[in-house]
Amino acid sequence: MTLNANALVDEVGPESQIEAQNQVSTGRGKLVVRRFLRNKGATIGLVIVVLMFLAAFVGPHLDQWQYTDIDFENFQTAPSGTHWFGTTQTGQDLFALTMRGLQKSLIIGLVAGVLTTSFAAIVGAFAGYYGGWTDRILSWGIDLFLVMPSFLMLSILSPWFKGKTWLILIPLLAGFAWMVTARIVRAQAMSLKSREFVSAARFMDVPGWRIIMRHILPNIASLLIIDATLNVAATILGEVGLSFFGFGIQAPDVSLGTLINNAQQDLSSYQWLLVFPMICLIVLLLAVNMIGDGLRDALDPNAQGAKKKITKGAFEAMIKESTGLVGQHQNVEAIES
Amino acid sequence: MAAYLLRRMINYLFLVIIAASVTYLLAAFIFHPENNWLARHPQPSAATIRTELLSRNEWRGTSIWTRYANWVSGVLHGNLGTEIGGGSVASDMARRIGVSTRLLLLSTIIGSIGGVVVGVWGAVRQYKLFDRVTTGASLLIYAMPTFTLAILLQMFAVWFNNTTNTHFLYYVNEVSDPNAPFWNFSNLVDRFEHLILPTLSVSLGSIAFFSRYQRATMLDVMGSDFLRTARAKGLTKNQAIFRHGARTAIIPVATLLSYSAVLLFTGAVFTEIIFTWHGMGEWFITSIGQNDVNSVAAVGIFTSILVLVAGLISEVITVALDPRVRV
Repeated sequence: MTLNANALVDEVGPESQIEAQNQVSTGRGKLVVRRFLRNKGATIGLVIVVLMFLAAFVGPHLDQWQYTDIDFENFQTAPSGTHWFGTTQTGQDLFALTMRGLQKSLIIGLVAGVLTTSFAAIVGAFAGYYGGWTDRILSWGIDLFLVMPSFLMLSILSPWFKGKTWLILIPLLAGFAWMVTARIVRAQAMSLKSREFVSAARFMDVPGWRIIMRHILPNIASLLIIDATLNVAATILGEVGLSFFGFGIQAPDVSLGTLINNAQQDLSSYQWLLVFPMICLIVLLLAVNMIGDGLRDALDPNAQGAKKKITKGAFEAMIKESTGLVGQHQNVEAIES
Repeated sequence: MAAYLLRRMINYLFLVIIAASVTYLLAAFIFHPENNWLARHPQPSAATIRTELLSRNEWRGTSIWTRYANWVSGVLHGNLGTEIGGGSVASDMARRIGVSTRLLLLSTIIGSIGGVVVGVWGAVRQYKLFDRVTTGASLLIYAMPTFTLAILLQMFAVWFNNTTNTHFLYYVNEVSDPNAPFWNFSNLVDRFEHLILPTLSVSLGSIAFFSRYQRATMLDVMGSDFLRTARAKGLTKNQAIFRHGARTAIIPVATLLSYSAVLLFTGAVFTEIIFTWHGMGEWFITSIGQNDVNSVAAVGIFTSILVLVAGLISEVITVALDPRVRV
């Protein structure tokens, strides 16, 4: 309700509020899209990600070289017409390699990011909705995972998943990245629990899991969408970091991390080997972060207000949540801007 | 207050013990230390391998729980076990903790204080030049993993040294001459010069990270009633902001410190490898390559202690700044 009122004001401007009552209200999806597109940074980010998808999946077909091909006439040559990004020490085409790495980053980021958020949403919502011992046990699990450095754990696990398909990285990366989101969802679920529509459902004997799926999670959908974007960036980073040390994607397959690691060996002479994969990575992460910012502005019209002035209750809760990374939803919203 | 701190500490201690145990158990379950001997030429006899592994408490024939019990009793007696190479884990760890501390101490201080200052100042000067520049820069650095930042700094150093024809910026190793006496002026200067780039690579990331949070919490505080009251009772704007506003806004960020200690260590792994410092992070990477269970477990203990100490510091800051928890 608040959203519609706000949305109306947002679209038609506060001065024409009275006339607005006669207008046909715009659908929510349309509004979100319109607000998102109004944000320049976010639109640029989206365009960049789409272009990167095209480059990563269509680009290799336009290039005459496969990432496994070796050009015996060109070892470590600079970028040229035949080799757009130059070649590596063994004569592989860097463009094909980089695009292959980018494909991995994009797939891992998208799938693992969404997986992370879904898992976090379920754990957080169950902890917040049920409370009591369920909450205590789940929160304790969240704390425990927060104390264990994900990078350390995944590196230790790496000998175990070495021979297996690289797709296994997706659940693993997600498994060590869900904690902060779960905390935020838990706080949200706790406050939604006492709302009338949830109580009404409970009094009608709707089982808890169905209340969570039908009422709690849809109500924090915007938060979850924003968070999924941020988790996309986090998991991309996680995979590239692991592969950098040889713990992630294994040769002969490539990832942006392995490319950067290989190129880092001869830093002073063959810089294009380093520059192209690195630019791809940074631009991708920047674009994803910008999309996240834009989505937040588009999906949560209150974020702007929360940023300027936080209610006393919210601030209190934030301090009370002293063990948490971030106690309050509003808080995170404001932070990411 | 003491009771509050004690309660928080017991909670952390419990978590940390479990985290260290999980690290050990995972490593003991997954690693195959016998590969180190099987790969040798000539290959040692099975009996030799068995005795070697048994002496290190890494023989996979022994049940994992027995090995874990042995390890725990060793740790409780101050014995962290033997490395694959035969050296003592404890002595290697002591040396490497020194290296990591020299790397991380300065970066941590610069990173957290810098982040707080940049964040507070950015919020006070919202949408002014300083705020726009720092917000943009932190967005960019935020999108840069530690290792790309470190590599870019290295490239900059190479370029800088070539153009100025100097060797001012060192981009490998901790010190030029490891045998030089530590408390010696030229040695200290040399160490400082080696420290510049690694410190930048670790602390820029944390400044970007902390300042975003600090700016947000500070902005929340800027519109609050108590700040208006402070102004109304006659404080100047700066007095009100720093004595009442910043004090409140730092509390949630201080809590963040305990968890970002882990992040800091992860960042240090990349920095140590790229700048070839022989600290804990580098040790961790090489130990995994060698399937060295005892060393990896020691790194697990180290990060756990890091979390514990950071947790303690953040709790002390909270208690010092927030009168409500001082009961």
